[in-house]
Amino acid sequence: MKFNALLVAAGLAVAPLLAHAQLTVEITGAGANRLPVAIADFTGERIVAQALTSVVRADLDRSGLFRLIDAGAPLADNLSPPFEDLKSRGIDAVAGGSVATAGEGRYETRVRLSDVPKQAALGTPAYLHTGAQLRATAHRIADYIYEKLTGEPGVFSTRIAYVVKSTGRFELKIADADGSNDQAALASREPIISPTWSPDGSKLAYVSFEAKKPVVYVHDLASGRRHVAANFKGSNSAPAWSPSGKQLAVVLTKDGSSQLYVVNVDGSGVTRIATSSGIDTEPRWSTDGQYIYFTSDRGGSPQIYRVASGGGNAERISFEGSYNVTPRPSPDGKSLAFITRNGGRFQLALMDLATRQVQILTDSTKDESPSFAPNGRMILYATEIGGRGVLAAVSADGRVKQKLSVQAADVREPAWGPLVR
Amino acid sequence: MRALISLSAVTLLLAACGSQPPAPEQNPAGVESRTPSGIQVETPPVKEVKPEAAFDPNSIAALKDPRSPLSKRSVYFDYDSYVVKDEFQTLLGAHGKLLAANPRLKMLIQGNADERGSREYNLALGQKRADAVRKALTLLGAREDQLEAVSLGEEKPACSDGTEDCWGKNRRGDMLYSGEF
Repeated sequence: MKFNALLVAAGLAVAPLLAHAQLTVEITGAGANRLPVAIADFTGERIVAQALTSVVRADLDRSGLFRLIDAGAPLADNLSPPFEDLKSRGIDAVAGGSVATAGEGRYETRVRLSDVPKQAALGTPAYLHTGAQLRATAHRIADYIYEKLTGEPGVFSTRIAYVVKSTGRFELKIADADGSNDQAALASREPIISPTWSPDGSKLAYVSFEAKKPVVYVHDLASGRRHVAANFKGSNSAPAWSPSGKQLAVVLTKDGSSQLYVVNVDGSGVTRIATSSGIDTEPRWSTDGQYIYFTSDRGGSPQIYRVASGGGNAERISFEGSYNVTPRPSPDGKSLAFITRNGGRFQLALMDLATRQVQILTDSTKDESPSFAPNGRMILYATEIGGRGVLAAVSADGRVKQKLSVQAADVREPAWGPLVR
Repeated sequence: MRALISLSAVTLLLAACGSQPPAPEQNPAGVESRTPSGIQVETPPVKEVKPEAAFDPNSIAALKDPRSPLSKRSVYFDYDSYVVKDEFQTLLGAHGKLLAANPRLKMLIQGNADERGSREYNLALGQKRADAVRKALTLLGAREDQLEAVSLGEEKPACSDGTEDCWGKNRRGDMLYSGEF
């Protein structure tokens, strides 16, 4: 009985690729100076331990910041690691652990992360979890190791949203950051675009065309309930959350062409925040709430501008080229990801906001919709390979590259969710 | 050493997969954000709008008659442009007249863009095209309150070959009457 339950749990954890609709991640580039680490096989409940360590290894490997080295032998959490042997294998950090049954179908997993050159423990976290929580526990362990070794939060426990288009059907999906556990939040015959996460990760705002015109909805993920946040005469689009999560910047055409407004999340209190005779769209708040970045053709071609969130004059931010759109400020506010047209190719670019220097991060031709990981390390975006929409991710330094695709479907409009508290 | 980290949130998330019975043993308060279960929302069918009662039957017939200019509903635009070309004036004149003669008739104008570039920027471009058609119709007799100009951006292409010819078919404004949207 118990053994069967365990197999089901382990199968759930180790065979995620069987689901065809799921995103699969392919690593296509890695960082230059990867830290050599070993995640030893954990001792104890073998099937559970293997499922855990395989997910931890895959997470760390996918980040592109670590070079995973074989530890040589299983390693428990309660023993000092064989430092000399690990050092001779060129390993800088090692994690060992143990998995024990804790009654009522639960497990207790204990981990010890050690600095090999210093021969010192970096931390000994412990986790109480069920078999169904294997992947989530593994992501937590990977986040712990990532943060201890890099000094910045890991994003393995975060989620992503994206839209899958198959014949006559659009699905707004939510999955773990590694593409597993995908769930449909909304299925529709009409297009869905521009999903964005509320700062606390509990809601998505998006644009749905189910009423034969674009309407902005706010969708509570726990309850599945949603409400209209903007449905005025004309088009309603491009929602962006304020850092407080209480307001949305939206684009409305009720007074003419596409213009920027702020509304309360319940749809009340519509206030115009910028005015132009042409197109203003794609608003996005800076993390500190000081500015709203947006795209405007007020200067003759689409370029990126910003306006103080309290109102005022718009300041032009992008100057090179004749098509710069979809501004996305980084979580630390120091840089800006956007899409630039570069000789007929639409590519993901990153601007250092202090120097205004621009670096093109990709060599693809149809990049769209960039979205920063909440630790600012990676940028997820949509692109096209072989005429099919895929998601890709690139590190802010352009070195680490991943491709996320779903078999036989178009994937687009990615949005990386916030850090899990 | 850190205390045991509780993972009740995660229980809920994984319970949502369906392979495991949902059995959160801890108080799920405050962690509902991690469970997207039960949020499969099917789009409700779009309600059919009944044609207005006081509506000239001859005009209704003309809308479907291939010999009438009224049967044509699309205005096409040049790349990156939202100027209505002269060749569409006759067509827009016929629709303006029909709207003027039938004050209860309503029209939804859907602007569209080709697929190149940003979806949201293309949505704004489509809106500009729908607005250009709306303005032309008001100059030709339609009243503002009969018309709504909206954009479908690049989301509803008439053609998806990715050729110049095909993109030209996607840069358009479509006119839909009461009952057709």
